[in-house]
Formats: sequence, structure tokens, C-alpha cells
Amino acid sequence: MYLTETITAIATAVGESAIAIVRLSGDEALAIANYLFTGKDLTQVESHTIHYGHIMDPSTKQHIDEVLVSVFKAPKTFTTEDMVEINCHGGKMATERVLRLVLANGARLAQPGEFTKRAFLNGRIDLAQAEAVMDVIHAKTEDALQVAVGGVDGKVSTLISDLRGEILTTLANIEVNIDYPEYDDAVEMSHTILKPRLTTVQQELEQILRQAQTGKVIRDGIATAIVGRPNVGKSSLLNRLLQEERAIVTDIAGTTRDTVEGTLRLGHIILNLIDTAGIRETEDVVEAIGVEKSRQMIEQAQLTLVVLNNNEVLTDGDRELLALTAYKPRLVLINKMDLANQLDVEQLGLNNQEIIKISALEDWGLNQLEQKIQELFSLEDFTTAQLEQFVSNVRHIGLIEKASQSIRAALEAIELEMPIDLITVDIQDAWESLGEILGTEAKTDLIDELFSQFCLGK
Amino acid sequence: MKQYDVIVIGGGHAGCEAALAPARMGLQTLMVTGSIEMIAHMPCNPSIGGPAKGIVVREIDALGGEMGRNTDKTNIQMKMLNLSKGPAVWSLRAQADKVEYPQSMQETILNQANLSVLEGMVEEIIVVDNEVHGIRLETGDEISGKTVVLTTGTYLKSQILVGHTATDSGPSGQRASMGLSDNLRKLGLSLFRLKTGTPARVATSSIDYTKTTIQPGDDIPRTFSFDTPIDQAKDPKEQLPCYLTYTAPETHTIINGNLGESAMYSGMVEGTGPRYCPSIEDKLVRFADKERHQIFLEPESKHTPEVYVQGFSTSMPHDVQEKMLRSLPGLENCEIIRYAYAIEYDAIVPTQLWPTLETKKISGLFSAGQMNGTSGYEEAAGQGLLAGMNAALKVKGEEPLVLRRDEAYIGVLIDDLVTKGTDEPYRLLTSRAEYRLLLRHDNADLRLRPHGIRTGLIDAQRSSAFSMKVAMIEMELARLKTLRITPKRVINEHLQTIPTTPIRDGISLYELLKRPEVEYRHIMPLIPIPTHLSPEVIEQVEVQIKYEGYITKAMRQAERVKDLESKRIPKTIDYESVPNLANEARQKLSEIRPLTIGQASRISGVNPADISILMIYLKSSNK
Repeated sequence: MYLTETITAIATAVGESAIAIVRLSGDEALAIANYLFTGKDLTQVESHTIHYGHIMDPSTKQHIDEVLVSVFKAPKTFTTEDMVEINCHGGKMATERVLRLVLANGARLAQPGEFTKRAFLNGRIDLAQAEAVMDVIHAKTEDALQVAVGGVDGKVSTLISDLRGEILTTLANIEVNIDYPEYDDAVEMSHTILKPRLTTVQQELEQILRQAQTGKVIRDGIATAIVGRPNVGKSSLLNRLLQEERAIVTDIAGTTRDTVEGTLRLGHIILNLIDTAGIRETEDVVEAIGVEKSRQMIEQAQLTLVVLNNNEVLTDGDRELLALTAYKPRLVLINKMDLANQLDVEQLGLNNQEIIKISALEDWGLNQLEQKIQELFSLEDFTTAQLEQFVSNVRHIGLIEKASQSIRAALEAIELEMPIDLITVDIQDAWESLGEILGTEAKTDLIDELFSQFCLGK
Repeated sequence: MKQYDVIVIGGGHAGCEAALAPARMGLQTLMVTGSIEMIAHMPCNPSIGGPAKGIVVREIDALGGEMGRNTDKTNIQMKMLNLSKGPAVWSLRAQADKVEYPQSMQETILNQANLSVLEGMVEEIIVVDNEVHGIRLETGDEISGKTVVLTTGTYLKSQILVGHTATDSGPSGQRASMGLSDNLRKLGLSLFRLKTGTPARVATSSIDYTKTTIQPGDDIPRTFSFDTPIDQAKDPKEQLPCYLTYTAPETHTIINGNLGESAMYSGMVEGTGPRYCPSIEDKLVRFADKERHQIFLEPESKHTPEVYVQGFSTSMPHDVQEKMLRSLPGLENCEIIRYAYAIEYDAIVPTQLWPTLETKKISGLFSAGQMNGTSGYEEAAGQGLLAGMNAALKVKGEEPLVLRRDEAYIGVLIDDLVTKGTDEPYRLLTSRAEYRLLLRHDNADLRLRPHGIRTGLIDAQRSSAFSMKVAMIEMELARLKTLRITPKRVINEHLQTIPTTPIRDGISLYELLKRPEVEYRHIMPLIPIPTHLSPEVIEQVEVQIKYEGYITKAMRQAERVKDLESKRIPKTIDYESVPNLANEARQKLSEIRPLTIGQASRISGVNPADISILMIYLKSSNK
């Protein structure tokens, strides 16, 4: 609620629109965006300019999305604060990941109407507009409260409160050590005791995050692009998978132009299939759009199935596709195994794990696909019972990531042998981040815990 | 008839600071006390300081109060606690000599220019049109004053409870004040009942200390005050130690067998006792599994044989107390000098106060200390100082002094009291502060002395010493950034003696000092022309460099709140006319009447949405 705190939200309607905007406003908007952005130094660019680049997860160095970033510097902006708009292309999934990164790196999710509220408080819009905003805040808060109270699923809430309880016990113990230094019944929280405790908490947090990732994959499906040169058999593969005609199968290269999207259930896995036009350098205008689209599809896909033709030698087009997908989750399907071998598999330089040899026409080899995908997304050991414990809310995931970062910082401080009081700063942050998920008030809890757990006082 | 600028009712730890501050600011001040000999008396244990509280004493000193200096003059033990736990929680604690402390304070008070002291019992606050005009004593005499500060501690309608008997009395057998309580109620103020207690005192000669563990003070001299030269600190060799013993199984049997005899458990007590200072019977009932409890034996003075039995507060009858005490190892043959008692008293509901400690209802009437629902000498003194300063500033027509939560523990304390209220005697804990990394023992003067200088409580000489210290710190920080060392052999050999890892690239001394194992004294040989710096300056430089990252982070967080703190709400606001506020928020806001958006946001029951609505309302009504 602090005025200068940097806030963020997805500014476009939630859905499958091609472009979604993650908007930031506040003192640290530029710094946060710049930290996640590879491209120009956003803190140095002119106001009201647009820049092309990528959003990268700083902890994993993984590319999240190809973006256009608009920079608006205070005071000539809607809120009169520094503002950044990240135009994401990668659909819902990528946009949410960008938002989560922004949340984990210092911004907080905006309350309903908060951008407008700031605009008004900073003198940007007039009273009539403000009154409308008040109504919006009033109405939306009711909803938001509902979400805050009802939105945390029972099982998730238990999971988080348990973890928070563990942290609280540790914190209370440290506070007792500090406020009652001569009280000998509370164990002195040394670095040696703290380290394994926090490591456990850290592991649990990471586990929750991994499960959240997996849970999302299981529930929402994997955005999958099938790419390949024209005539490698993409459409017959798709048809085989969909068990119905959804794309025109033809022997004339370049005819599969329209995007066909479909949902496919492969055992426990849902694939949100995206069929693309053949990717091939061509002068043909229509075809050119298709090729560009293919590139985009690879950008936004969580999984790419690269289809090669066993019956042809490797071409530049194939190499380009392999290069485009090299650092993304992918499987290479060598199709038309029923025909004579022309392709030199050794020449591909691929890991055998990535390769599946199939024949879409003869319908063989495809049974490996489900298993390979499960391995790729670590879904093997997954049970439906676990599915109920998934944290799915973007805000919650952002907060858990923040908590996990704080605990990591505390562990680093322990390595540096920082005094206990400084280490608590990060532990406290983690505890508060988790508290925000549950919406409980922080300070009083700790003091109550202190006096209920320990027999203190003169 | 003489008219005083400030009249202070009460001479306890709050009263002393409340009276000294306006007098030092040049205003005609009167202290009215039941007994001059009881001024600055210590009815509970004569310990001053400790976690959070010790920092409050430093803050009082930084602002120009007396508690720190008086403790430096009269302590019998000094100890720095939490030294290994980080700079923000270092805390100094003294055992004050309970005879010398009040004597020394009385001397200061009686010799203070502009300050008169009168013995008497106040029956009534004279109020005309919700404005204070003076006081009326029980003798009927009236004294006129522009402002009045209430610091009556635990004396309002107080009752001493021992076993099944309740006696109208103040602490240590002093007279309770009966009339004033009713008068305050008549003036429309709400009072509530609180309870606290104190353990028995035993004769030191009757204790067998061989059965206990000695707890000595520090062996290097220490002081609370920024102005006490270290060579004037008490000689550590002359300190008196404390001793530690434990409750025995027999103690527990005696207490459990007599719970019905305790005033606490026989239903006589209506006041809420502090969790921070529970009676031993409370501890046994609440923590039944605990096999033993620590009992500290603290000497009270070099001039009396009394030893304070810390951890053993009780409201049991005298005969049970005797059995309990004699079951403690080392106290088998102890001679009891005073028995433990519980005391119940009237306190004012603190949400009736502005953050300046002035009552909202009656202009010019201030209230401070234990009667605001706190416990502890330091909490009382801190409030007393602020109430006294604000009464003086009001008379002078100057801006009041309200300390922020990121600025002082005193700020945290007062903000908690007036914003959230309390239902038990409130004790400061370091965990109550959001920014304790900023509220350190070492930087209390840097935080608060400018306020002391601005208000005239800090004289010119101390003021220039302070400016000098600030300049020295800044210069040294800047210098260490420019001084660089390179990986020459002689340098790396020196680094290995510290010991710390040799360097491979050039590095500034500032960077080097960031290493946890490197101290300022280690880098001194690397400074080409070392300047002589005081230990305080060196300490400050070390803390600021070593913990820079954490401190900067805390400052950034505090900065956000400061913004809300600077958004003022007019005192005249009518919350009924603010549309869309939730009912609970409307009611709470009308009751507390916060002065800033920041304060409003801390009221329980006021949600962020209500704050948004309030901000938009304020903004639009400004146009």
C-alpha cells in the first residue's frame, strides 16, 4: 500500500490474445525491468521509447519470452511515476512467467484500481474520474477479499501455514535469545543449528515451486509446437495424434498455412498442439508469414516437436530448426522410418534421449512419445493426490519465490558468518512473504509465539 | 498568583524527565510529588537497560534527558548484552544503586534552574472549556499552569495485594492517590485496571552464594551517556555481581499446594497482569512441564543489604512466601527484608492520547509513563521526556516532536500505545520494531541528537561535540573509500596475520573492512597517515561499512513508510462524511483520529482499501 512501492499487473485481458502487457509503475520499475531484460540498458534509454529484447530468468539464465519493452519516465506518465510496459508475445504461460519474475524481483501485485489511484493522487486525473475509481476500489476489494480468503485452497493453505509455523518457531527462538539473553531454556540459535533448519525450509519451498510448475503442466497442458520443413509429415503426425483430420495432408510443399490448434490427451498428459506452416526461406509472401509464425510458435511453446524426414538428407532448413530449438525443451521426431534411410542421424549430433524414430503413416514409434515427455517434464512420479496441493495462483507463486530467495539470502549470510540479528532480517522477510499468501497479520503473531512458547519475565 | 508553564504531577522516572526537559528549555516548571524523598525511587528491581530498553536509555540521553547520565553516576554493575548477535541488538544493562540513583536524581532536580518542587497530593485538574488551567491540591490550594503532565505511575487508586488481603496503598507503603482517578473520569477520560508485582528482598548476609552461580558484570568500563567521558565510568573492579539459582522441586510443591492462597488465583485481582513479568505461580501454571525456573539474585545497593529475588514475583501470603523462598538453593536460611506483593492500579486508556502524549479531550493535559499502560522505568522515562518536551513546545508555540518508528524505540513505544492501545502493561521488545537495524545502541545520537539540539535541550558545547563526531565519521568513511591497497607481498603478509585471505586485485580499505573477520584496528597499519579517532567513531565506521547492505535495505523499506507518515490528516476530519469507508474502519478512525495516513494504516481493523479511500477523499477535499 506504500505509495512509492513498485506495483505490477497484467494490463491486458487475461486470455489467449497474441500480445499481453505486463505493466510496472514506481521508483524501481526501470531497475526491475532492466534486471530481467537482455537488450539495451533500459535505465539509460530515452523516455517514451520502445526496445526489442528478451526477458530472462536471472537465476536460471533461461529465456522466458521475446518482448518489446516500452519505457516511460516520470513525470509524464499515466501515474506520473516511472513506468514500464513489457509486451509479451508468448501467450498466457509466458506472460505469467514474466509477471512472476517481476514479482519475485521487487514489485508487488497492484491492487484493483491502483494504477488509476496513483494517477489521481499524483494529480494526473480529475475528481470525477477519481470518484469512479473509488467505486471500483470499493467493489473490487469485496471480490479481492473473497479471493484472498477463499482463494487459498485448503490444502495449499495448510502447506504454507505449516511451513510458516516452522519458520515462526525458529524466529521466536531467535527473538527470545535477543530479548532475553540470559534465559537459559531457549536454545541459543547458532549458525550450526540454523543452517540445517533453513536448508530444510528452502528445500520444501523449492519442492512447492517445482510442484506448482508440474501442477500447471498437468492441469493446463503443455503448449506444444510441431515444426518441420514442408512435407516431412507434420500434418500426418498431427492427424495421427488427433485421430481426426484437422489439417490438410498434401504432398505439395507449403500448403499447410493456417494455424490449427488442438488439445490432445496423451495418457496423463495434455498437449496444446500448435501446427505451423512449414518453415522455409521463401519469397512467397503468404508462406513468409507462416515461417515467421513458426519462429513465434517455437518462442512460445513449452515443448517443441521437431520433425525430420528419414527419407531425405539433412537440409539447411532442418539445421535452422534444430538451432532455434537447441536450448528449449524439445524432442526430435524422425518420421517416415517406413521409407528408405537417407538421413545421417550421427550428423545431427543429438543426444539419443531426444530422438524418437517414428512412422506416422504406419503408426509406429509414437508410443514412446508420452514417456519421453514425462521424462522431460519430470511427471513420472506424479499422483493425482499431489495435484490438490498445487499452488496455482500467480501472486502466490511469486510470493513463494520471494520467500525462497529470502531463505537463500539467509543461508548465504550464514556462510559469511553474519551475526544472527542480520540473518533474521531475511528469515523474517520469508515469513512475511508466506504470510501475505494467507493474509494474516505478522507482528502480533511473533510476540504471542514468544510468550506462549517460552516462560519469560522477571 | 504564579502561573507555571508546565506542571508535572509525579516524581517517578517519567516525572523526572517530564520536569527537567521544560525547565532546561527555559520554561517555568513545577513538579508536585507525594514525597521528595521518593523522587526517582525504584520500587521494582534496580536494573536499567537491557534489550530495547537499554537503547531507550541511549535515546533519552541523545535527546537531552537524564536517565543515562544518572545511571552512569550510580551503577553497581554494567553489562553489554547480545554482543555476539549483531550491532542492532547490542544492549547495555546496568544494576543501579537503589539508594544512590534517587539521591543523585533528586540533587539534579532540586538544583535545576526554572524547576520548583512541591510536596503535595493533587486532587483535581482544573479544566475550563476542555482546556487545562492548573491543578487543585487536597489542601484546596490551586496552582495555575498552562500545561499539566500526568505521571502518576501506579499510584492511581492503587491496592497492594498479598494473599487474601488488599490494602489501599501505593508502592513501598506510599499513599495512593484516590481523588485524582475519579476526577479524571469526571473529565471524561476512560481508565482501566492493570496489575503488576514485585518479588521479595532478602538480606545478602543470609544467602549461601556457594550454592549459586556468579554472574559478573563486564570487566571493561561502559557508560550509557554519550556525554560521560569513559574515564568517568565506574571502575569495573568495584562492581557487585549477581547470582543465579533455580527453583527446586520442593518450591513447585509448595506453590502448587497453595495456589488458592494467591491473590492472583483467588479471584481478587481484576487487573490484567503483564506477560512480561508474570508471578512465579503464573509461570508454574502456564508452563507446568518445566522442571525448574531461573532465579537471579541481584544486589540492590552498596548501602543496603537487600537482594532482589528476580523471577520470583508472587501475591502469596507472607507465610507461604517464606516457605517458597527457603526452598531455593542458597536461600535455605534467608532473612526476608520485604515481602513480595502485587499491585493493582488505574491507568488511562492510551488511545485517548495524541502521538504527542497530549490528551485528545483536554488541550494542554499530557500523560506519560506507567499510567499510560506501560511497564518499566525506561519506557516511563522515554514517555516522560517526550511529554515534557511537547508540553514545553506547545507553550512556546512550536511544532511538537513526534518520533517515527524508524527513528526511535521511543517512537515505536508511543505509536503502539496511541494507535493500538494495550490490554496489559506494555513492555518494549526489540521485535516490536520493524526497523531495529536502524534503531541501534551505537547510533542513538546520530538519530536523535539533532532533535535535542533543535529544541534547545542539548547545550552548545554538546552540540558542537556532536557535529564534530558526525564530521569525523563522514570523513573517515570517505577516506577509506579512496585508500586502496594492491596485492604487494608486504600487504598480503599483513593480511595473513589478521588472518584474512590475501588479495589478488587492488581493493579499497572500505571493501576490505567489509570482510567479517577484519576490524578497523587491523587496517590501521595500512593507512598512510592515521588520524586519531575516538572509539565511538571507529565503532560507527565499522558498523556502517560492515552491515551497509542490510542497513541500506532497511532504510529503503523505512523510506516507503516515511512517505505515508508525511501525509497528514486534518484533526477536523469527519469520518462520517467519507464515502465508501467500511463500518469498522469508520468507527476505529473516529476513535483513534490518526494524525497521518501512516498512523491510520497501523490501526487494526483499517484495511488497505480504507486507506486508499481515505487518501482519495483527502486529496479531493484539498482541491
